[in-house]
Amino acid sequence: MEGRPMNLKSISSSLFAGIILLACSGTFSTIAVAAGAQKESACTPRELPAIPERKWSFQGIFGHYDHDSALRGFEVYKGVCASCHSLNLFAFRNLAALGATEEEIKGVAQEFEVPAAPNDDGEIVARKALPSDHFPKPYPNLKAAAAANGGAIPPDLSLIVKARADLEAHVPKILGGYMTPPAGCDIPEGRYYNAYFPGYQISMAPPLLADAVTYNDGTPATVEQMTVDINNFLAFVAEPKLEERKQTGLKVLIFLIILTVLLYLAKREVWRKVH
Amino acid sequence: MSEPVHADGHHDADSGMDEGRRDFLFMATGAMAAVGTAAAVWPFLSNLRPAADTLALASTEVNVASVGEGQSITVVWRGKPTFIRHRTSKEITEAQSVNLGDLPDPQADSERVKAGDAKWLVIVGVCTHLGCIPLGQKTGDAKGDYDGWFCPCHGSHYDTSGRIRKGPAPANLAVPPYEFVSENIIKIG
Amino acid sequence: MSSPEFSNPIVRWIEYRLPVFSMLHHEMHEYPTPRNLNYMWNFGSLAGFMLVVMIVSGIVLSMNYTAHVDYAFASVERIMRDVDYGWLVRYIHMNGASFFFIVVYIHIFRGLYYGSYKAPRELLWILGVVILLLMMATAFMGYVLPWGQMSFWGATVITNLFSAIPLIGENIVTWLWGGFTVDNPTLNRFFSLHFLLPFVIAGVVILHIAALHQHGSNNPLGIDIKNKGDTLPFHPYYTVKDLFGVGLLLTIFMAVVSYAPNYMGHPDNYVEANPLVTPAHIVPEWYFLPFYAILRAVPDKLGGVIAMFAAIAVLFVLPWLDRSPIRSAKFRPVYFVLFWVLLADCILLGFCGANPAEGIWVVLSRIGTVYYFAHFIILLPLLSLYERPIDLPLSISNPSPSGSNA
Repeated sequence: MEGRPMNLKSISSSLFAGIILLACSGTFSTIAVAAGAQKESACTPRELPAIPERKWSFQGIFGHYDHDSALRGFEVYKGVCASCHSLNLFAFRNLAALGATEEEIKGVAQEFEVPAAPNDDGEIVARKALPSDHFPKPYPNLKAAAAANGGAIPPDLSLIVKARADLEAHVPKILGGYMTPPAGCDIPEGRYYNAYFPGYQISMAPPLLADAVTYNDGTPATVEQMTVDINNFLAFVAEPKLEERKQTGLKVLIFLIILTVLLYLAKREVWRKVH
Repeated sequence: MSEPVHADGHHDADSGMDEGRRDFLFMATGAMAAVGTAAAVWPFLSNLRPAADTLALASTEVNVASVGEGQSITVVWRGKPTFIRHRTSKEITEAQSVNLGDLPDPQADSERVKAGDAKWLVIVGVCTHLGCIPLGQKTGDAKGDYDGWFCPCHGSHYDTSGRIRKGPAPANLAVPPYEFVSENIIKIG
Repeated sequence: MSSPEFSNPIVRWIEYRLPVFSMLHHEMHEYPTPRNLNYMWNFGSLAGFMLVVMIVSGIVLSMNYTAHVDYAFASVERIMRDVDYGWLVRYIHMNGASFFFIVVYIHIFRGLYYGSYKAPRELLWILGVVILLLMMATAFMGYVLPWGQMSFWGATVITNLFSAIPLIGENIVTWLWGGFTVDNPTLNRFFSLHFLLPFVIAGVVILHIAALHQHGSNNPLGIDIKNKGDTLPFHPYYTVKDLFGVGLLLTIFMAVVSYAPNYMGHPDNYVEANPLVTPAHIVPEWYFLPFYAILRAVPDKLGGVIAMFAAIAVLFVLPWLDRSPIRSAKFRPVYFVLFWVLLADCILLGFCGANPAEGIWVVLSRIGTVYYFAHFIILLPLLSLYERPIDLPLSISNPSPSGSNA
């Protein structure tokens, strides 16, 4: 006969089974991703540069974006990164989610030019960007990008925070990873030693120098500040719906937990006579 | 018999639930499940609505500085051809002096233009019959019997105010919402 | 069983022409279900639920997806950013695939443990393995559609496997690709087939349920139903229990979708496919990892392909490999141990598949692969001959005094 303890046992064994599988699946994927670890060589850094352990506002159940920081990060992107890195998936109107007004967005968009539709002579001229436009590309195509950067193509940054194994830690690590190479490690001309970059040689010169941009809100543009701001901005660009997802998720989960409890009570009630 | 009552009001199972509580439990569960299902269906239906990038193109701004008197341009608004005509005074007079009783779809010219700015006519260039694009934008185009636009598909004639005069179309060419945001710029939509 | 009399005239009109109502009545109220099913029996209905979730979310996604190499990646990102709740439907579909496999794997292992594949349910089991195969094909093709780096390179590696077939292998691969590499023709046909196969799965699921209803469900004791006292009507007992199971599944599922939607995925798939750059480590999704390990364990290319398919083929013939008349592992002390070792072996193979084929992982994959086949081909037949079972209880409603429990 099944008594109540039996119910708990078999619910928990199936839950256990499910969670084991869930954990396995996540673990396997994490291993697979981490398996990209680098081999020992003359260029392996003796000591990794310390990257501060940062907590990001978008982590956790109540994660949300620091709008002010992200808007500053957009200024960093415009002033420092945009000359080489495209941001193809980002449209000016997306700034609205960070609190920018329609006027501000229009104003920002007008600072940029995008290729227009062919005119009556069939020529493609430039026109001022509209809020509906995506951020213009620095280079017309990938070959031009490679040619301008010593053969290396600066990756598009729209998804960089989700596209690297270390997720939101990646960009700060790269930005903070520049150091003098260890003895015996030769870095060719045009490359720079970076302790966190796969292969340790990166084609990008250290991009952040103090006061590289002047923030509209007057915040001092230290390297640390800019690192935090650009990461917040890029995290937002990679996952603009994060806030919605977590907020909706919380409500959905509370609802589902209550409903599941009710369903369990209903089940027990129906099965009472059998037990 | 002792009935331990839990914080949310439900009784311990050993003592058994009475009919009322049981029914309430089933009703509450059923109601919650129904609400949950409806709430779950909503995002899937909402998915079909115009997406953010489509909505971003809901309005178009047009600079009409170069459109001289008697000239027309065609722009795309929400994917549809939209005619902007800088009407001559002759066309305006023609449009204003029509007897409304003669019109299949009666509408005064003043209702189709901005007050004091009758020289600008903004209409959607889609025939209200079955959706073809009427001719009349370019010089040399057939303009129909009423000097406006002529739809070649089934022979609808529109006048200088874009109103249907003759032919199978049931309604006047639509006037979209628009406004002058500056002296030369019209924002449509 | 007498068919019920319906009073509603519309119901009677339909019933006379297509007896759906009496069928439903039979399935819900009369169909005898063993009274002692435990929660491991929930996973079939959970799998059916996940199939519906995947079909609904997939159809909605396909309204905005573009199956062309130049637009696929961007169309998925458009869904994530611009389409109303597009992010939700996409994450549901993406994680739903993983949950579908979690649920189905548990369902399969339940079958292994309790002997649900034994007579008279051999065909039920075989249909299930067919569903598994179709799921694997569907999932493989679905993963290609976002056209990320893993999409492209996973497709390249796995389709290249067919070149191992002697004589005609190269031609088959070219035929599969519709070209000389994985490219637009491949993507387009994968989209078409990915859309089609779930409905084929639904059809096989209907056959699977029909086969089930022929002889009814197995139960934790593995003994047949002897009388009505051993059973309960499906409704309301198992309907409410299944609903509770769905509630629990949905809770865990939505927690993952809301808070860790990319946990089971691979970051490389957020990089658009580049045929000229191979990622450092090409890995399939987690639910393929044990098979991937078996594939790589065999040093010969054709051998690896054969071993990988054989790993599923061996499941088809399981009812004839394990001929013990005792169904449930509860009463088979040696099989009980072997079951858990098999499970551990499959998890080990999963770890092996996740790691590069170097060092200790090669050794472990080979041990794991050999053991996997040994379990089915050597150990189970031996057990059928030599295992001494524990005494079976008298009946479901009258279990043996030794206190047999689920």
